[in-house]
Amino acid sequence: MSTVQGSPLEPKISSGFDAAERGSGGRGESQGRIVFKRFLKNRVSVVALVVYVAIIVFSISAIGLGPIPGWWHYPYSQLNPQLNQGAPTLSASGFGEHPFGQDRIGRDYFALTMRGIQNSVLVMLVIGVFATVLGVIVGAVAGYFRGWVDAVLMRITDVFIVIPALVIGAVVGKTSNGLGAFGLAALLGLVSWMVIARLVRGEFLTLREREFVEAARVAGASDGRIIFRHILPNAVGVIIVSSTLLIASAILLETAISYLGYGIKSPDSSLGLLIGSNQSAFATRPYLFWWPATFIVLLALCVNFVGDGLRDAFDPQQRRFSIRRTKEVDEVIAGQPLTEVGLPTEKD
Amino acid sequence: MVSFIARRVVVSVLILIAASFIMYVLAASAGNPLQDLQGSLSPNRQALIDARVQTQHLDLAPPLRWVLWLGGVAKCVVPVAGGCDLGTTFQNQPVTDLLPQAMGSTLQLVTTAFVLAIVLGIGLGIVTALRVYSGFDYTVTLISFFLFSLPSFLVAVLLKSFIALNYNNFLANPHLPPLALLVTGVIVGAILQLLVGGPWRRRLYVFLGSGLFTAAILWYMSVSGWFTRPSLGPVAVIVLTAGIGFAIVAVLAGLRNRRAWITAGINVLIAIIAYFSLQWLFNISSAGTLVFLAVITLAVGIASGAIVGGPDRGLMMRIGGITSVLVGGIVLLDRFMQSWYSYSNDIGGRPIATVGSQTPSLGGNVWITGIDSFTHLILPTISLLLISFASYTRYSRSGMLEVLNQDYVRTARAKGLPERSVIVRHAFRNMLIPIATLIATDVGALLGGAIITESVFAISGMGALFNIGLGRTDVNPVMGYFLVIAITAIAFNFLADLAYAALDPRVRVR
Repeated sequence: MSTVQGSPLEPKISSGFDAAERGSGGRGESQGRIVFKRFLKNRVSVVALVVYVAIIVFSISAIGLGPIPGWWHYPYSQLNPQLNQGAPTLSASGFGEHPFGQDRIGRDYFALTMRGIQNSVLVMLVIGVFATVLGVIVGAVAGYFRGWVDAVLMRITDVFIVIPALVIGAVVGKTSNGLGAFGLAALLGLVSWMVIARLVRGEFLTLREREFVEAARVAGASDGRIIFRHILPNAVGVIIVSSTLLIASAILLETAISYLGYGIKSPDSSLGLLIGSNQSAFATRPYLFWWPATFIVLLALCVNFVGDGLRDAFDPQQRRFSIRRTKEVDEVIAGQPLTEVGLPTEKD
Repeated sequence: MVSFIARRVVVSVLILIAASFIMYVLAASAGNPLQDLQGSLSPNRQALIDARVQTQHLDLAPPLRWVLWLGGVAKCVVPVAGGCDLGTTFQNQPVTDLLPQAMGSTLQLVTTAFVLAIVLGIGLGIVTALRVYSGFDYTVTLISFFLFSLPSFLVAVLLKSFIALNYNNFLANPHLPPLALLVTGVIVGAILQLLVGGPWRRRLYVFLGSGLFTAAILWYMSVSGWFTRPSLGPVAVIVLTAGIGFAIVAVLAGLRNRRAWITAGINVLIAIIAYFSLQWLFNISSAGTLVFLAVITLAVGIASGAIVGGPDRGLMMRIGGITSVLVGGIVLLDRFMQSWYSYSNDIGGRPIATVGSQTPSLGGNVWITGIDSFTHLILPTISLLLISFASYTRYSRSGMLEVLNQDYVRTARAKGLPERSVIVRHAFRNMLIPIATLIATDVGALLGGAIITESVFAISGMGALFNIGLGRTDVNPVMGYFLVIAITAIAFNFLADLAYAALDPRVRVR
């Protein structure tokens, strides 16, 4: 049993290694480590991950988390007297009194933005976790058992997929009124699992026919054990990549819903809510728009880049056309560098 | 085939019913439908509350109300029952009365965005695939990642509060400073040299040539007051129509194809003659006349292709049809531009609108109302367009790369076909197959995105119906919106499956 489960590399994944990596001592490393190393090679994705984490750490350290206070002295819900008509004081010399300015009722916009980042990040991560868990369970059960279980579960998936994400998101967001950011995120997660379920089902349909599953079954493993200990680890690439991309779309969903007024509500703060409640002041106080806008785009962009890097790391076959990689492969194979590369004819 | 369609329809109806149940119950329990009345100070408050409870059946539990609602919907499909009943709003307007108008408004918005996103996205995707791992490819990839990460409401607010405002301000005193000319020239030049690629000398020439040309044109436009009185004029019409004819021949048939030249030439010539001789007709045209003219144009184009014919008759007809429509569009564009000045004066010198889908009580002929729709819809269309544009670019790029890697493309190259026909005739068509699925799923996203766009630009379409309904927990308009969206989504998915079977002989419909 443990031998099957412990063998880290399934043929499909190992065939994805390029010759260059195999040549440079990639042998004998665990799959996770190989993926990790490949991810680290992708500089854009690594930078994106660092920026993402840095934004989160910065926002938490600034206004604290829950009861723990941060280093910033204004709470996000406190009304302050308008200084200099709420103009931002951020400059090269320092933060000043209100670095991002103040909104119309005098709240410190820096604290509001930081709180918005926290809430948006919380929402996107919770949506990611809920949707992934639910999607994986539905997809795994449907793909593993096939037959009527599959038919029923996939029809249920179809039912949910008919409703556009924003529509069901707005309705669910309105329902979650008063539950706070976490409640909103949990409910949104319960209606965003469909894509992952379909992908995981597809993966399970192919994986369940493989020999190692057969071996596990012959050895007497239960269905649950086969699903979670044998097949699932082999589908982890698809799951991680698609849930990362789901998280990227989750922040857009949350901000859009909050913008429409169905998501997080004042006095709490969300990046979408900040834009929605201050858009009429665009002509006079454009900074009220630019700060939350910058952070939304930055967060979403970072997650998208991380997702892209993860996809490359898990499935290098997708990048069939990397000229550099083709060069490396050909150099290793033929022992001579290519000077002019047109369309690579070598399929890896 | 028939059994496939029948089964799909039955399953789709069941899915629709189940989804409507979820939607109804969620929307009905999303808030308190009596909130506005309970907070009102009106003396007949209790009577109003009772009336609403009675008309909306608020005393029943949501699932029971859903059954009543479904009964009303069922009347739409059963002919003897006497017409649709989708319930009424809180203002006692039947949803069936509100829907058609809202649908018209939204369709106008979504169709343009939809078609433009597909055409531009696929076009750009193919070009990046042909210039893979070039500076251009990286730039487009970066931009498309950026667009992926841009919420649509952000784009909409930005367009409304920034672009519209500044462009209108600019029109008050339309004079481009030298710095603006320089920057635009450099940007255009930089983009074009990336697009052309090749050795640095060629790039430099392209950069300088296109940059200077752009700056010169802009300078001329600025000096001659083009921005207040835009027009193409005879010279630009001739140059543009000829250019379109040339481009279509070059892409679809190759420059050596004499019959293609003749077909395109006929249509360009007809357009130029029409431009000079039909202005009197345009001046008295109505919308109906324009549709009639458009049909004639297309018919003439296709007929000219059929007459020139030759061994590749279908291709000639395509060339004729596409050329005629595009050059006809140029002639039409010129006529619209001629009315711009008077429109701009009527409207008070700030033509780009930020609210609504038309100027209320604006008279005028078809040209004036046409420009009015244009100025109102251009910004919402752009913000809708950007939602799906990036994904079309990415998908068509990877699809094209995948196809170009296939053996049959290598065969086509090996037997000596020119690169143009390898790409246009062999690769392009197969690349379109997976795009069919994307288009189907994208329709739902676009219609959903209309909620945001209509909310930002205060357009009273379907999205507004949903948004306002949900805000008051007024379930019937929300469900009317849902019904249209869900049926469209299901229909497009179904069409995509059929298209798949039609495009790809390996797919068999069972």
